Amino acid sequence: MTIQFKDESFRGDFTYANSPSNIPRFPFPFPEDEYMYSTNIEPHHAARAGSPFENAFDVDEHYVAEMKDRALVLADDPGRCQALPHMETAGWDFLELVMVSKARDYPDLFKLTMDGDRWHWINKPLQIDDTFTFGDSSTLPCHPMEYIGRQVQGDHAILDQRDGNLWMDAGIITAQADWSLDFDIGMNFFEWHAPVPLAHELGVFQRALKFLLTLPQGQPSRRLNWTLTVNPRLDTSPENYPKWGPDRMTVTPENIGEKVHLRVELQTFWRLPRSNAILFPIRTYLMAMNEVVTQPKWGRRLHRVMRDLRPELVDYKGLSRYHPILVEWLSQFDDGAPTSPGIFPD
Amino acid sequence: MSASDHLIPVVVSNVVEVNPIIKRFEFKHVNGDELPAFSGGAHIVVEMLDDGTKRKNPYSLMSSPFERDQYAISVRRDDTGRGGSKFMHEQVRPGMQMKISAPVNLFALDLRARKHLMIAGGIGITPFIAQMAQADKLGVPFELHYAARSVSQAAYMDSLADRFGDHVSCYCDDQGESVDLETLLSNQPLGTHVYVCGPKGMIERVVQTATSLGWPAAHVHFEHFLAPPVGEPFEVHLAKAGIDITVGAEQSLLEAVEASGTPINCMCRGGACGQCETVVVACDGEIMHNDHWLDEEQRAAKQRIMPCVSRFRGKRLELDL
Ligand SMILES: Cc1cc2nc3c(=O)[nH]c(=O)nc-3n(C[C@H](O)[C@H](O)[C@H](O)COP(=O)(O)OP(=O)(O)OC[C@H]3O[C@@H](n4cnc5c(N)ncnc54)[C@H](O)[C@@H]3O)c2cc1C
Ligand code: HEM
Ligand code: FES
Repeated sequence: MTIQFKDESFRGDFTYANSPSNIPRFPFPFPEDEYMYSTNIEPHHAARAGSPFENAFDVDEHYVAEMKDRALVLADDPGRCQALPHMETAGWDFLELVMVSKARDYPDLFKLTMDGDRWHWINKPLQIDDTFTFGDSSTLPCHPMEYIGRQVQGDHAILDQRDGNLWMDAGIITAQADWSLDFDIGMNFFEWHAPVPLAHELGVFQRALKFLLTLPQGQPSRRLNWTLTVNPRLDTSPENYPKWGPDRMTVTPENIGEKVHLRVELQTFWRLPRSNAILFPIRTYLMAMNEVVTQPKWGRRLHRVMRDLRPELVDYKGLSRYHPILVEWLSQFDDGAPTSPGIFPD
Repeated sequence: MSASDHLIPVVVSNVVEVNPIIKRFEFKHVNGDELPAFSGGAHIVVEMLDDGTKRKNPYSLMSSPFERDQYAISVRRDDTGRGGSKFMHEQVRPGMQMKISAPVNLFALDLRARKHLMIAGGIGITPFIAQMAQADKLGVPFELHYAARSVSQAAYMDSLADRFGDHVSCYCDDQGESVDLETLLSNQPLGTHVYVCGPKGMIERVVQTATSLGWPAAHVHFEHFLAPPVGEPFEVHLAKAGIDITVGAEQSLLEAVEASGTPINCMCRGGACGQCETVVVACDGEIMHNDHWLDEEQRAAKQRIMPCVSRFRGKRLELDL
């Protein structure tokens, strides 16, 4: 399968959109008609051909445009990519994992040739053809995490493991849902999760951390998280709040279908071999409400989830401004019929 | 998918008698593929098919983390154990095929350390051999203090001293030598991390001395070579399905339920997500709760079990499945 990469923008004129064939493969995040936080972690096995769970690192039609958007963010604010000094080995682990996985899963797009430590990497969509020495950062134009982070969709945090906790000691974060690497760098699992409501009391984080501390090599896990974003903007960082915060005021019943986007994060967890760190890719998928409701099951279910969403979550996710209009708008797609279990469209 | 699906098939490429009680085993991938990269301090679980019994023992990798064409472990013979080390010593020969797990590291170097201070007792030397190769390559200062009962049992003492020179100090009980922990731990530069692996008493002494000298707990690391709890087979009645099943020693309760064709939810298979939580209808015996999900009160009540990791010992266990 060859992928037609789209030329599109995530800012300014916002030309981002999903092709009709890309819609059914969207990772719709609601397996049931109601939503509450849970320790929703499952093995990251290859699942369902064509779905975003088929490959280790999903590549889709937005790949090239997303990498361009990342380059714009980094040029503006180098602080979006930071690694504490002890995280270089982890950067190489990350680079290896991505190159090996992509070359295996998309041989027509990526090619890796290893001759001992001498590696030759070809990334056709981004027109990169580089030779370097694995483990020797002087043979790359930048830190290995930044080098590969500019070639893989989604944000990436790398967590060092020590003292029975995980520490956010490196990351390349340009497409985040309102959190800041610059603020969180050096924090542990409980510290960076402190702003999240309700989940601490439910014991979600306690269990999740225990699970991650024993995550075995070669057995990655995944979970889905979601929020809503006005306009298909990837960079909704606190640093840039003045650019996107006011967008929320622009939502009206007339434009809501095209303006409001379901923003889903496919988060995966990988034990890295040489550093014993955990790689945490946060792969974001955006889909306009108009596109979501083309799948009748999703339209029905999204209405029910939004209608019954706990106020604490409405507030934390920053939806308060347009939540009532959205529920009202979605109600036209809910005929009350039962929905089938699971996330995939009927 | 069960844990055994992730095992790596290897062939024993070499067996070396290091001394009368320790043998080294080297493994290569059966296909000649590279083995997974790892970090110093990691261990693998070796599966042993010992005359109808399946044993699984963890052994620290002692080969260099930068070498991926083969792994090496060293096994100390323990005649009082359940037989895993005896099997390794008596049955395992070059050319034999075995299965091993991917590496797991519960004893990793703290990569922020300015210096690594390593203290080994006896067979506890194994993880340090890999860690020294790692520290050496990363260019971080390290020092090994290695104690053994006797010169004849001091595996690798000479070769390590040759290879790492001043970085290595050796002590043999039969020569009247011993580590002066007080002095050693009092004279370390700021930012040093200490690591100890060896007999229980040695680990306790190092931890106590470091604590009393004011070392932060986060700078003190240790690993016990304990035998992990091994599963015993047990019987379970599934009430809704109306069947009795047997959970084998090397099988989880979840795997046994799945094998019987009875539907059951699961997600993480590691006792964390809560998906497999199952109601206990009747329990005459003891549930070994190995999960991270149920709290103390729920455990004591014996009304819930997490079949992905927990087990049972006793007369009768009946589940709502
Ligand atoms: C992380 C890790 C790394 C390890 N690395 C190494 C290594 O590099 N080299 C090495 O030689 N060993 C290592 N070990 C130990 C190894 O896994 C085995 O425990 C050891 O080889 C003995 O195995 P066995 O089957 O012969 O005996 P086991 O049955 O495992 O018995 C080991 C000891 O425990 C005692 N024991 C057994 N059952 C019980 C019981 N129910 N109650 C009380 N005591 C009991 C026995 O008397 C014996 O002394 C490691 C262990 C761990 C956890
Ligand atoms: C180890 C990797 C992880 C990292 C780096 C990470 C990071 C984050 C960050 C930065 C936030 C935003 C917090 C804020 O408001 O500032 C967040 C939110 C959250 N995280 Fe994590 N997380 C990780 C793993 C997990 C796991 C395993 C769970 C399991 C359940 C989890 C559950 C949540 C939840 C429920 C939220 C709130 C999300 C929302 O409502 O939009 N996280 N996480
Ligand atoms: S499957 Fe997750 S707790 Fe058992």
